[in-house]
Amino acid sequence: MSSTFDTVATIIAETCDIPRDTIKPESHAINDLGIDSLDFLDIAFAIDKAFGIKLPLEQWTQEVNDGKATTEQYFVLDNLCARIDGLVAAKGA
Amino acid sequence: MRLEYFQLIDRIVALDVDARTVKAHAKIPPTSTIFEGHFPGHPLMPGVLLIEAMAQTSGWLIIGLTKFERMPFLASVREAKLRAFVSPGQALTITARVVHEGSGFTITKAAIEVNGKVVADSELTLRLTPFPDPNLRAGMQLVAAAIDFPASASLPSPG
Repeated sequence: MSSTFDTVATIIAETCDIPRDTIKPESHAINDLGIDSLDFLDIAFAIDKAFGIKLPLEQWTQEVNDGKATTEQYFVLDNLCARIDGLVAAKGA
Repeated sequence: MRLEYFQLIDRIVALDVDARTVKAHAKIPPTSTIFEGHFPGHPLMPGVLLIEAMAQTSGWLIIGLTKFERMPFLASVREAKLRAFVSPGQALTITARVVHEGSGFTITKAAIEVNGKVVADSELTLRLTPFPDPNLRAGMQLVAAAIDFPASASLPSPG
């Protein structure tokens, strides 16, 4: 069974045509991988489908815009995967 | 269809918010300056306008689902297929269904039929935002009334 990171990295590689081996747990999706907001919608769609969740992108964006969170908290892949795991766990609770 | 106002839907004939589907009718006008250029001697409804018609139909479905709380904007067109020539004067039946409701975006599959035959289809992504201007919301409500958008789909659900 592949890890959350493996699944997410594969989704990013296939969706954005980014070489898989350049995608690291410490990569920032926007700053390091150059993923823009439109591409991130495709990634969110694929993640939602793969994990049976709904990434709360609107809430995250609002929190960043309000200065209550940093983009690193949501878009560094390690952190993104932790949030995905949290959403999956909450779904099963 | 009022091409000069970019209003490509004449009438919403069915909107099912539970099934997340919509059906609209549109009649292509028999004449338009668009057809003088596209193409001389062989007038055709431009494919990009067929895609726009599918996007507008999808948009009305989303407006029905969000009860006029979000404005959908076309963000991505995937696998658009223009399967047959569509000519001035032809009547279109446009359908759309939600494939995925994400956070701040919705993905639909839409199709256009002429005389029961699919002439175009596509998967569309629409980005949803709060109405950026109250005049836009008011304007959309006027269009909604003009195209028989069901009033019940404009109101918040009870409770």
